[in-house]
Amino acid sequence: MNLVQTRAAIPGRLLFGGDVGHRVFYGVLLALAVLVPLLNLAVPEGSALHLSTYTVTLMGKYLSYALLAIAVDLVWGYCGILSLGHTAFFALGGYAMGMYLMRQIGARGVYADPLLPDFMVFLNWKELPWYWHGFNHFALAMPLVVLAPGLLALVFGWFAFRSRVTGVYLSIITQALTYALLLAFFRNEMGFGGNNGLTDFKELLGFDLHHDATRVGLFLATVAALALGYAACRTITASRFGRVVLAIRDAESRTRFIGYRVESYKLWLFVFSAVLAGVAGALYVPQVGIINPSEFAPINSIEVVIWVAVGGRNTLYGAALGAVLVNFAKTWFTAAMPEVWLYALGLLFIVVTVFLPQGIVGFLRQRLGAAS
Amino acid sequence: MKPCVGRIANAGRMAGSPVLKIMLLLLLSLSCFFNAHADAGAASDSDTVLPTDYPGLLAALPQADFSTRQQIVARLVELKPPHGRELLAAWLDNKLQSRQSDGKLFLVETQDDVLSLTDPLTLQAAGTGKSEDFEQVRNNNALRKTLKVAIAEYDLADPAPRVRIAAVKQMRRDLDEDTVAALRQHLIVEKDRGVQHQVEVALALGDLSDADAAKRLAAVKALEGETAPDVYNALLPLARDTSADPDTAVRTAALAAVQHIETWRGFYEALETLFFGLSLGSVLVLASIGLAITFGVMGVINMAHGELMMLGAYTAYVMQLLLPHNTGAAVLLAIPAAFAVSGLAGIAIERSVVRFLYGRPLETLLATFGVSLVLQQLVRSVFSPLNRSVASPSWMSGLWQINDLFSLTCNRVYILGFSLLVFALLRLVLNRTSLGLKVRAVAQNRGMAKAMGVRTERIDALTFGLGSGIAGVAGVALSQLTNVGPNLGQSYIIDTFMVVVFGGVGSLWGTLISGMGLGVVNKLLEPYAGAVMAKILVLLFLILFIQRKPRGLFPQKGRAAEGM
Repeated sequence: MNLVQTRAAIPGRLLFGGDVGHRVFYGVLLALAVLVPLLNLAVPEGSALHLSTYTVTLMGKYLSYALLAIAVDLVWGYCGILSLGHTAFFALGGYAMGMYLMRQIGARGVYADPLLPDFMVFLNWKELPWYWHGFNHFALAMPLVVLAPGLLALVFGWFAFRSRVTGVYLSIITQALTYALLLAFFRNEMGFGGNNGLTDFKELLGFDLHHDATRVGLFLATVAALALGYAACRTITASRFGRVVLAIRDAESRTRFIGYRVESYKLWLFVFSAVLAGVAGALYVPQVGIINPSEFAPINSIEVVIWVAVGGRNTLYGAALGAVLVNFAKTWFTAAMPEVWLYALGLLFIVVTVFLPQGIVGFLRQRLGAAS
Repeated sequence: MKPCVGRIANAGRMAGSPVLKIMLLLLLSLSCFFNAHADAGAASDSDTVLPTDYPGLLAALPQADFSTRQQIVARLVELKPPHGRELLAAWLDNKLQSRQSDGKLFLVETQDDVLSLTDPLTLQAAGTGKSEDFEQVRNNNALRKTLKVAIAEYDLADPAPRVRIAAVKQMRRDLDEDTVAALRQHLIVEKDRGVQHQVEVALALGDLSDADAAKRLAAVKALEGETAPDVYNALLPLARDTSADPDTAVRTAALAAVQHIETWRGFYEALETLFFGLSLGSVLVLASIGLAITFGVMGVINMAHGELMMLGAYTAYVMQLLLPHNTGAAVLLAIPAAFAVSGLAGIAIERSVVRFLYGRPLETLLATFGVSLVLQQLVRSVFSPLNRSVASPSWMSGLWQINDLFSLTCNRVYILGFSLLVFALLRLVLNRTSLGLKVRAVAQNRGMAKAMGVRTERIDALTFGLGSGIAGVAGVALSQLTNVGPNLGQSYIIDTFMVVVFGGVGSLWGTLISGMGLGVVNKLLEPYAGAVMAKILVLLFLILFIQRKPRGLFPQKGRAAEGM
């Protein structure tokens, strides 16, 4: 054992050993919440330290992805449910937010119809469909961000877990679910803007979405949601409920025979995870400025799973780390050398699953643990 | 011209002897000739008297106006001079031109402003000419119709019954006194039962507008049992519209005949839906059957399965680039080539990635998904991201006309047969060969198979290669139906997994039945729900079905069934 490794072991243990990893996570979020607004709003634009609004929005997008990754890690890492349909919940939350933002446009749309969104005027619709009513009120729209994915997860999970669909079969039907939703949202008749989705948003709660301060506000909201979501997941996994969930992951039948109602544990965990994904979607949409059916694409859900695998599942903060790292790489690669991106992503999938089954966090833990 | 023809022709039909027939024919043409004069004079204000011989008619043609040209065609049909058909056909194809210097007519073939000339009287080559020295003998819509009927009347004398039937059907589309007369004439000499029948149908169609109610009734009765679209269109107004015919008996009979046709139409439409369903099903089966091996037998969630199909499709494309002039051979050779390419790719994937992940099915999903991304990008780099099309050989394209109401597209019939063939061969390999025996042994009890001396690692690689090779073969079939592009495989991945899971993981029969069944259900729903909704409904049905029976239609024991 040489000296370098021994030195590295001390901060390593602080970072990843025991309960410290999540403190670092909170610390990073706090630093972001303080520094990003400061560097964007207080530092003048010409300065080298200035953070452009584009970057702030990009970071906000990554953090909403991180929340989605945490939601996936909660069910996959802790309960062994590999959901390949989590972007369905993400997109449903996004659509709920998108519908609110769409109604806020009002008469400022291209066709200047005070009530109907542009795409409905374009489709020659005469009145607002019933399910669009109430979305002009923030207080009525926001519960749907939670309810729409939550209810879908409740109904789907109730059927699936009660009939003991597990493993690969569950993965495949979650994938079929998101695929069915993808096809459904592509239909113009559904009244969600069809192929083009919802876009051209103007303002949120009266704040101009193109304004720097609004962008920073959205970023802060995302940081807050991520922190709260993470805290909630920590609480759940550390509780008695969480320990039963771990038992289900490791020995489902045994847990059942001991007398736990396995399906209810799975169901509530799944519903909570779907709600988190919905919130992440709702934060994603105003920052990106569009929501369309391609968010339902099964490939997106698989990509989320790979973020979790890259970061390290069963750690929560590892999932967030993976989401940010992979998406940062994606942004960089697609700009610098787009033809290489799919090779890189594909090889990342292979290398991580074959050689790094515990992800980056697991790898570091192992190395640092071995070193000490 | 009009009234005399029918009467004399009727007389001709009644008179049996050939001598009488010829005399009547002469009489017919003479009387019509005089009538033609009267008509031409009335219609076109031209005082030109039409010549009675072929060369004379030809000479008159270039200067004649359109209504006179109609008369000339009518005369030609009556005279039926040798090579008249070639003249009419060339005229219809805009290949009849007159020399400006002397007004002489030629059949021409144009190539780079040079005309190769053919004398219409002798059909001998008559040298070449420059296109600016010639003027086309024009025709209009009415004339084109007349020309088509005239050519059909020539074709009635063709030795092949098939050509004669086509001619009768062509004439049927546009019946008037002349064509009716010609058909009646023809019926006397026609020996072939099939042609006779078509002529009788044509005559009955003509009789539908006869003034005599009894004759109309007889015509409707004669048409009963016929299903051709033109018969249906002729009968429909009589059946539906009370003012179309004054006679109630005729209308009732027409209604019965129409209902008969509609019953058959409904039957054949149902049959067609079934065929479309089976055709879609056969594509699903082809695409899924390789996965039934890799996923069903080995328990590997092979997300790169679609990309292995894509490799097969690109093999077909490359084969066509190598054999550009022989699409048939290219497609046939592409089948073994695609099996080899995708099979080797599959073995490479198994050796380099999958073998580290046995017993961890969810992780094979992620790793093979990575493989699929790499393969897609590889194809994009090598072949460009654009879609390519692979031509179908001539024997695969076209329609297979079974009867008036029912036809099948040939390539779909071939692919249906091909998928069944692949299925049968795969069953044969798995059940009748030593490799198949070992594959099944390893799937059922790996440890025991190993103890018996089976080299399980080798069998793993070969099994994966077999499933992948079949995916490649499926890709060749897909290249005949759609364009070949880097995303070809991705669109099938969910469908194929659903087919395998629905059928029962590990069961080949299950895959066949579920693929065909889902195809048919999809096509049955489409008319009511629309294509996208039908697909959504099928997916929802599958999601619910898997809740009820997670092991599919035909559950099987094996490594896969235990592991998951």
